[in-house]
Amino acid sequence: MIRLERRPPSRLAAAAAPVVSILAALAAGGLMLAASGVNPFVAYAVLVSDPFGSAFGWSETIVKATPLIFTGLAVLLPARMRLWNIGAEGQLQCGAIGATWVAVFTPLGHSALAVPALLLAGMAAGAAWCLVPAMLRAWLAVNETITTLLMNYVALLLVDFLIYGPWQDPQSRGFPLSPVLPPSAKLPVLVQGTRIHLGFALALLAVAATVLVLTRTRWGLEIRIIGDNPDAARYAGINLTRNILLVMAAAGALAGLAGAGEVSAVSGRLQQGLSPGYGYTGIIVAWLARLHPAATVLVAILLGGLFLGGDGLQISLNLPIAVVYMLQGLIFFFVLGGEQLAGYRVRFGPRAPAEPAGGGA
Amino acid sequence: MRGITKRFPGVVANDAVDFTAAPGEIHALLGENGAGKSTLMKILYGFYQPDAGEIRVHGTPRLFRSPKDALRAGLGMVFQQFMLVPSLSVVQNVLLGLPAQGWRLDERAAAARLAAAAARYGMAVHPWARVWQLSVGEQQRVEILKLLALGADVLILDEPTAVLTPQESRDLFDTLRRLAGEGRTIVVITHKLSEVMAAADRVTVLRAGRLVGTATTGATSPRALARMMVGRETFDLPERDPVTPGPVVLEVRDLWADGDRGPDALQGVSLAVRAGEIVGVAGVAGNGQRELGEIVAGLRRPTRGRVAIAGRDRTGAGPLDAIRAGLGHVPEDRLGTGVAPRLSVADNLVLKSYRESRFGRGPLLDRQTVDRVARALIRAFKIQTPGPETPAGTLSGGNVQRLILAREISAGPRAILAFHPTRGLDIGATEAVHRALLDQRRAGIGVLLISEDLDEILQLSDRVAVLCGGQIMGVVRPAAVTVEQIGLLMGGTRLAVPEDTA
Amino acid sequence: MSPLTAAVFAAAVRAGTPVLFATLGEIFAERAGVLNLGVEGMMLVGALAGFVTTAHTGNPWLGLLAAGAAGGVLSLVHAVLSVTLRANQVASGLALTIFGTGLSASLGKSFVGVPAAGFHQMPVPGLDGLPFVGPVLFRQDPLVYLSYLLVPTAWYALYRTRWGLNVRAVGENPEAADAMGVDIARVRYACVVIGGVLAGVGGAFLSTAYTSMWIENMTAGRGWIAVALVIFATWDPLRAVVGAYLFGGVNALQLHLQASGTGLPVYLMLMAPYVFTIVVLVFATRQTARRRLGAPAALSVSYSRTG
Repeated sequence: MIRLERRPPSRLAAAAAPVVSILAALAAGGLMLAASGVNPFVAYAVLVSDPFGSAFGWSETIVKATPLIFTGLAVLLPARMRLWNIGAEGQLQCGAIGATWVAVFTPLGHSALAVPALLLAGMAAGAAWCLVPAMLRAWLAVNETITTLLMNYVALLLVDFLIYGPWQDPQSRGFPLSPVLPPSAKLPVLVQGTRIHLGFALALLAVAATVLVLTRTRWGLEIRIIGDNPDAARYAGINLTRNILLVMAAAGALAGLAGAGEVSAVSGRLQQGLSPGYGYTGIIVAWLARLHPAATVLVAILLGGLFLGGDGLQISLNLPIAVVYMLQGLIFFFVLGGEQLAGYRVRFGPRAPAEPAGGGA
Repeated sequence: MRGITKRFPGVVANDAVDFTAAPGEIHALLGENGAGKSTLMKILYGFYQPDAGEIRVHGTPRLFRSPKDALRAGLGMVFQQFMLVPSLSVVQNVLLGLPAQGWRLDERAAAARLAAAAARYGMAVHPWARVWQLSVGEQQRVEILKLLALGADVLILDEPTAVLTPQESRDLFDTLRRLAGEGRTIVVITHKLSEVMAAADRVTVLRAGRLVGTATTGATSPRALARMMVGRETFDLPERDPVTPGPVVLEVRDLWADGDRGPDALQGVSLAVRAGEIVGVAGVAGNGQRELGEIVAGLRRPTRGRVAIAGRDRTGAGPLDAIRAGLGHVPEDRLGTGVAPRLSVADNLVLKSYRESRFGRGPLLDRQTVDRVARALIRAFKIQTPGPETPAGTLSGGNVQRLILAREISAGPRAILAFHPTRGLDIGATEAVHRALLDQRRAGIGVLLISEDLDEILQLSDRVAVLCGGQIMGVVRPAAVTVEQIGLLMGGTRLAVPEDTA
Repeated sequence: MSPLTAAVFAAAVRAGTPVLFATLGEIFAERAGVLNLGVEGMMLVGALAGFVTTAHTGNPWLGLLAAGAAGGVLSLVHAVLSVTLRANQVASGLALTIFGTGLSASLGKSFVGVPAAGFHQMPVPGLDGLPFVGPVLFRQDPLVYLSYLLVPTAWYALYRTRWGLNVRAVGENPEAADAMGVDIARVRYACVVIGGVLAGVGGAFLSTAYTSMWIENMTAGRGWIAVALVIFATWDPLRAVVGAYLFGGVNALQLHLQASGTGLPVYLMLMAPYVFTIVVLVFATRQTARRRLGAPAALSVSYSRTG
């Protein structure tokens, strides 16, 4: 019989847990790949070398990491207040819709102000989308986990409605595509010869801003107090309703920026498959970063690399992109289990001896 | 129980403790908060596993891996937090533990058996009532009946009278005496000396996890027990200087409110606290104290009536408004409400004052100022902490309470609401809290003290209001009443005692 | 009642059935105090397992077994993480959904477009002739009838058996249940697995009865809708029927309107079930708050003796 006894995690265990967990997840994923007839070593070689094996790979990884930093923050910020925003995917789509509208359907799209205007529109649309569940939560105590998620489906259908209907490009020959954004509405490339765009700089800026807000502002203190103990926050006279609305709006705006960036810098138009699930992966980014905003950059690059590697698997081994989600799910499982196990001593045998009788996790 | 040792991370809760109780006796387990009484009994009951030591029940060595094993062996424990499922009925709660007799529930038969047992021991309960609808005293009876139904012949009760009126306590001990008379062993965990002397046959005293000794109540005195319990002579309270009360700083008038357990938890409560005065609110838990405290602090809306702080109407204006009006609040649940436990001591010290302009410009928070203010308060209020960056939740209960007092007093309040300010604290911390409240009184602050500790209320208060069933049964001066008279008021009997309505 | 109305009602029952299975399962898990947000993932894996087995063996009943087993095994992962390791239940459930979505899409890629002989309509002799009720309720496939049996069974198990009493006690106050000798972990594991099996069955209904094909992400959020309907049902199996058929009704009506060509854009009508669920959730939340029919008190709180 295996017994688990709780103890405070040692520094080493706490630091090693995520690394060991991710490796264990990859090992489990390898077994699953092998079981379905794929040589896991070949697959993992692609998964590592494609994103991290060349300068081009790195640049493309950063392109994929950019929306993940935004969506990671969009999950992280509400989570610091014990709110689950599972709707970053939908907020991202709305950001894309808002940005497309400004760039294609208003005169601003052809002006010098196109880029800031479409970014603001993306933020506003994402924030508005997120405010619906936020208001339901703040005023009517409706569970935000389920509502933010259900709104994802609605947002995706809204995109479908637009690109199959009123926004369909007349020159697309029936394909569900919006018109291409004008050149003036394209986010500038940061590094010549790559696709790394202004969005990455904005994402880093957003990380810095989030750190600053949480540690150096009165609002950040309020968020931390609410997140630590909502009863103490109420007792201290902190307005929970207002903070729920503010934080969720900020989260929606961040996810909206991701969508605006994708439309403007990557796809160039509103279309299906704009995001391969960046919103959902944002949940894993926030969790792996342990809700520390600065750590999202690192985690986003890691998981962005996984997406890029997934594209590689599709091409070289004809594996479906869904393998990436499977691996993400495994990583999430093992990290969750790993951080709990780091706080335990695993003991074998029916009765606990005074000292651990050896054995590991 | 022989040589029982139990360590938790950072503390030794029991250090080689011996304990023996015999059939037919009521045995008191006496000690201060944190002496290790509950831990010892939870080990006996299989809730925790000891790190060392031996347990014998009826002579045979036993080690219970879970309460289930202990129950089978005829042990039963009534915890301070009742082990009842509030949403289920009394019968269902009793059925929960009974050994399986088929997979179908036979609630009727169980109800009949329950009623029979209840009649036999003089404990009236309604079998079909939902537990959340019962009073605390009734819930305690359900707990005892439940354990008897399971065939418990060793009954352990953890601080059973903490939630009862003196009269209810007497009834409880009558029942326990009857159970002991049938040959059962009764162990009562308590820190009340008077109870030990009045009701127990023998008493075992624990201090700081160690056994101090066992005595027969006939052969000892309260003074001797107190010395065993505390390890030194008890201190007397600091003198209360005569203070001439000033104007009214906190007033509630005809307050009605719904409670968590049903409507009309408060029924027309009126009370005024003047500057330089401590007004105590006594009563058995669950008689409207929480609702009264929450309404004064702005955390709950009354259905009727008014609240005024420093002379201005604040009814239903919310906690921030109460804070701004000059109300300091030492909340009922220290860790659950009073602090954000994973945030630093410094953050917790500015939990309310961070809004002030001295803590930074515009939206910014100046960490240096926060740190400086925190260090000053840690020194002034003798908060024992490794530093201002330490998470508040890692401090001891006494130091958390010092932190809360430091924050509330340094805000310069006009009135202070102190709710159970010393519950669970050791003697040293209790003294510090009492001294701080008396200092505030001397400084002309009005204090509303809500407490279940009658001794505390009587020692500190200038006037005492007794709450029962959401009504004030009377307002008395401590010097002019006996504990017995207050007990009757707490139990809902109005008396011809010298009232004080000032 | 016109035959057309009866057809829409029958379609509502069919559309509601997969959600009903999943909702009933999640009620058990939540009654025991475990929130499992992995329903969507378990349904998808169940749908694939059911479809593949049916396609291989030609026997949809074997497919049903496979689907239940797949959902059950997947739910065990959640049970280990949330009950034994006491990990955050929301996070663990989300991980399960992400994993289940990825797993089913990866393994199911080669089955897209493959035909399989699933369940067929099987009118109940004697009852199918009843006016209106007959065509709506009794000209369905066997899985729908299975769901009819499951609802009272679930209700009886929860409210009239000793085990059900244990489940409710564990979800409301695990300390008390533990003190009375109930094995908390065993009850929670059992309920989580029941939830997984029923989610798998709900998925199999989609791939072997509702349609007879496998499509990536074919549950389209029904797992999440089930989680929402648990709240609407106030954790009561009988009320779950109402919620599931209401959802089915909206879905059927929306499909009917599409088919009859009202000119409303298809994609806007497809939003109806999700918007409807959000609206239902709002009303359910208001109602449970007013009538003190809250969630099990220990929902999504891990239990351990040392706290």
